[in-house]
Amino acid sequence: MWRTTYRSLMAHKLRLAMSGLAIVLGVAFVVGTLIFTDTLSRTFNDLFRSTAADVNVSRAAAFDQGLDGSAPGPASYVPATLVDEIAAVDGVAAVEGSVQAEGVYVLDAGGEVVDTGGAPGLGVSWDTEESLSPTTLVEGRAATGPGEVMIDTNTAEETGHRVGDTITVLTPGPRIEAELVGTFRFGDEGGLAGATLTAFDTATAQELLTAPGQFTGIAVAAADGVDADELADRVAAAVGSDYEVRTATEQADEFAADFSEALQFINVFLLVFAGIALFVGTFIILNTFSMLVAQRTRELALLRALGASRAQVTRSVLAEALVMGVVGSVLGLAAGYGVAAGLRALFGSFGLTLDGSLVLATDTVLWGFAIGVLVTLVAAYVPARRAARTPPVAAMRDDVVSEQRGLRRRTVVGTVLAVVGVLALVGGTLAEDGGTGASLVGLGALALILGATALSPVLARPFLRSVGAVLPRLYGTTGRLAQENAVRNPRRTAATASALMIGLALVSAFSVIGASTNKSIDALIAGSVRAEFVVSSAVGAPFSPDVETQLADVDGVDAVMPMRWGQAQLDGETTFLTAVDPAGLDRSIELTFASGSADDLGGGLVVDEATAESRGWAVGDPVEVLTIDGRQLDLVVSGVFEANQVVGSTVVSLDTLTDTGAPALDRYLYVDLADGVAAADVRPALEDVLSAYPVVDLKDRTEFQDEQKGQIDQLLLLINAMLVLSVVIAALGIVNTLAMSVIERTREVGLLRAVGLSRSQLRRMIRLEAVVISLYGAVLGIVLGTLFGVALSRSLADQGISELAVPAPRMLVFLLVAAVIGVLAAVFPARRAARLKVLDAIARA
Amino acid sequence: MTSLPSPDPQSPTVPAARGRSLTKVFGEGDTRVVALDDVDVDFARGRFTAIMGPSGSGKSTLMHCMAGLDSVTSGHAYIGDTELSSLGDKELTTLRRDHVGFVFQSFNLLPTLTALENITLPMDIAGRRPDREWLDLVVDTVGLRPRLAHRPSELSGGQQQRVACARALASRPDIVFADEPTGNLDSRSGADVLGFLGRSVREMGQTIVMVTHDPTAAGYADHVLFLADGRIVDEMPDPTADRVLERMRAFDHETTQTAAAGETAGAR
Repeated sequence: MWRTTYRSLMAHKLRLAMSGLAIVLGVAFVVGTLIFTDTLSRTFNDLFRSTAADVNVSRAAAFDQGLDGSAPGPASYVPATLVDEIAAVDGVAAVEGSVQAEGVYVLDAGGEVVDTGGAPGLGVSWDTEESLSPTTLVEGRAATGPGEVMIDTNTAEETGHRVGDTITVLTPGPRIEAELVGTFRFGDEGGLAGATLTAFDTATAQELLTAPGQFTGIAVAAADGVDADELADRVAAAVGSDYEVRTATEQADEFAADFSEALQFINVFLLVFAGIALFVGTFIILNTFSMLVAQRTRELALLRALGASRAQVTRSVLAEALVMGVVGSVLGLAAGYGVAAGLRALFGSFGLTLDGSLVLATDTVLWGFAIGVLVTLVAAYVPARRAARTPPVAAMRDDVVSEQRGLRRRTVVGTVLAVVGVLALVGGTLAEDGGTGASLVGLGALALILGATALSPVLARPFLRSVGAVLPRLYGTTGRLAQENAVRNPRRTAATASALMIGLALVSAFSVIGASTNKSIDALIAGSVRAEFVVSSAVGAPFSPDVETQLADVDGVDAVMPMRWGQAQLDGETTFLTAVDPAGLDRSIELTFASGSADDLGGGLVVDEATAESRGWAVGDPVEVLTIDGRQLDLVVSGVFEANQVVGSTVVSLDTLTDTGAPALDRYLYVDLADGVAAADVRPALEDVLSAYPVVDLKDRTEFQDEQKGQIDQLLLLINAMLVLSVVIAALGIVNTLAMSVIERTREVGLLRAVGLSRSQLRRMIRLEAVVISLYGAVLGIVLGTLFGVALSRSLADQGISELAVPAPRMLVFLLVAAVIGVLAAVFPARRAARLKVLDAIARA
Repeated sequence: MTSLPSPDPQSPTVPAARGRSLTKVFGEGDTRVVALDDVDVDFARGRFTAIMGPSGSGKSTLMHCMAGLDSVTSGHAYIGDTELSSLGDKELTTLRRDHVGFVFQSFNLLPTLTALENITLPMDIAGRRPDREWLDLVVDTVGLRPRLAHRPSELSGGQQQRVACARALASRPDIVFADEPTGNLDSRSGADVLGFLGRSVREMGQTIVMVTHDPTAAGYADHVLFLADGRIVDEMPDPTADRVLERMRAFDHETTQTAAAGETAGAR
């Protein structure tokens, strides 16, 4: 039996290569994702490990902020007096206080800020004690006073600044001009993952970034022979419980843990797409094996007639699948390496630079093989079982007709799944809670996709009969033949179309959600921003309050309201806070209150309805606030407002936020003009002020809206780019199916050519068949996707997607794209068919 | 070389098809096989010619080369006045579509089309309307009127071959090539098909060339050519099945003798 397996593999190299490609792509994506995320964590772990001193002292945090809340405010300050206390501890070789803060940016010669791709612009104090410093001087000398700065070599390279130049630096405080006296490298490799580092001497750093005599951390070096853990214990005893004392290892582990949490998201995000790719790939493999088995009916029947058992036939087919799975996985691993390199380049272009080689872990290899082989075996199992059922008598039959089994079971199963799916979708839309609703919609979508997959052979006939009817009209006999060929084997047509259906369903669903979100943003911002202008960060980082004071002085400006972000634990749950000026709130932002008001915001907080409901808060309820430095504040819920995109879910006053120890850095400024002042008249003066702060942009309401939408569009683009993979695999499936149909119909092709069908007519026939099949998949996919999109948008109505929009033009584009995919997929099979020699084709038994 | 039949007095001009010095060689070196060896042949208009010969005699190759399905190694094949080797694939396709009819041993019909659609397929491909009257005549002669809307899978083997014959004739081709048209049929269905082919020649004036190894089938023809080892070795006007069978028997004997002679020669 093994020999027949081998021979069969060799005889169908081309077809196997095509379905193998589906496995390769799926595995490549999974493996690429794993390699990339491993590399990402390795890079960051290295970074943390190389930077930490033996023992580090910082202000104890009352709760874990993760990576988001790393901007230190006054609550994280460590007084200089503590340095002396630690120096007195037995076993301390060196000790130095250091300052580190966000919001420091270096401008290049053109006055533009270096794009960090969302990574922070950090300002630090230059450590004089080399054993404690994560940095190494590369050129020049250390900064020694005000008017002198140092920058990291990456930043120097990007800005083109050289030692001796006078450069402009934006700080959380003022904008300063200083002489660049030195450049330095961070860690061993200089990798900062896009962040920029600017160093000052300690006094200047405190002046600009914290406060005189205040550090953000203290680094301690152990004397020779002193164990870091033991030293940490001694230091901890000396400084008391207000401070956290960690060894280098602990700190690195903690960072790594925080980081892997953030990484998890990227990982899951990428793996979801890999999963979709594999799911779609499964259809193609299933299809390929079904066809191989159907074509080999006679051969298999002969084997059975000669005494091969059912199990042997099944095993023979599965063995083919196994070989294919293994080969596909090997190639997929190799291709995955390429995918990872591509991802690294992609993230690099966003500013997240990863250095060093890619990490190929054993786990990754194992997963790659497990998935590749398993998926192939699962997909080949059904055809293998069917192969085993071939009656020996089939060997005697003259013409091999692919078995056309009834579609009854499929109809029943498909209908049940579809009904369940629709019910879940409707249920999800009606669900009270957005979270439950979304998961119901997700389940419904899955059930509907499976239902549609089961039903699609049943639906194929009427679709192809009705829509396909234009083909004979447009293309005469060629069109008629194409239509008939597509209808001939509804199962195959459906399976082929299903792959495309899934891809397009997802793309369409995201399009609906994206369009609805954008429309909601329009409605929300149009309705909720009253200020004429909004100032926001151009680099996604907080900026100096100086901007606010300077803008407020511009003629025609009535008021400037800053908005800040922070974190605190409210009733034991870490909560993201938005802070606004209670006095300026009403003029800048329109909030519609369901109960209470913003009048008492000074000593309270206002939340949106969803938060009020999930936390069980009502107006008048007291809320316990735990600050990062462990102090407790008491606030009262003073209002509950309707969902508002601009302010988020939990709003406090600026004073309250300052009380929680957050740094005084602004995220947004709402600029309200005096009555009777035209926006256009004031704009130049505002722009003038902001020209000194390239980290921020001025936007009027429309521009602000567009910016918000731009983020959604960017996200959509990313998602769609990932989904393209599944569409590519689907296209491969069409190529595969057509190529196999052509092989199966070799004699028909020969006959057609003999009786006068020209090569170009033959090519057109195959092309039309491909187009019809892909359009069928596209129509199913777009219809389903629109349903999912609508249902999901509705279920998320209370999360801010208040409006519903179905982008019909875009759906039409998808249809066109599907038609193009059909045309492209047909190129190779059509050429192959046209090249068949008429005589060979007819003579083929 | 035997003298070829003179053109039919009723069609005084050129024969429907003719071959001159047709040579077809397959393979090279050790695997070299001469399938046609300098064959000259004329197929007169309005005649039903059968080509007979043992397996490997080159009869199918002759038909394929004459019909423009295969190219010759040297020599010239003509359909009417058209020389085939000068034609590209496009012209050959059009020639086959408009001037030649085909009936193969099996798999003559597209399973997705009805009987009628199969019959009109060459004209549909060309985008021409079939000549109604002629089509009716063909359909009635074939006797398939009640089955026109059926698909091939709903027809018997004999009916399928009759549909194939109807297709070959429906566009009034200059010549119809039939390759073992009854090879897969039982004798009764075979007789139906052959009877129809004969009538189409006698009553409708068609020209048919049929390759067969069945003496009974050849008995329906007006004229039989015998091929052996790539050459035309004999011919027989107004054949009967018995005479053809007799001739074929002699043939087997000759072949055996030749083979024996060859072996002796090899041994020497």
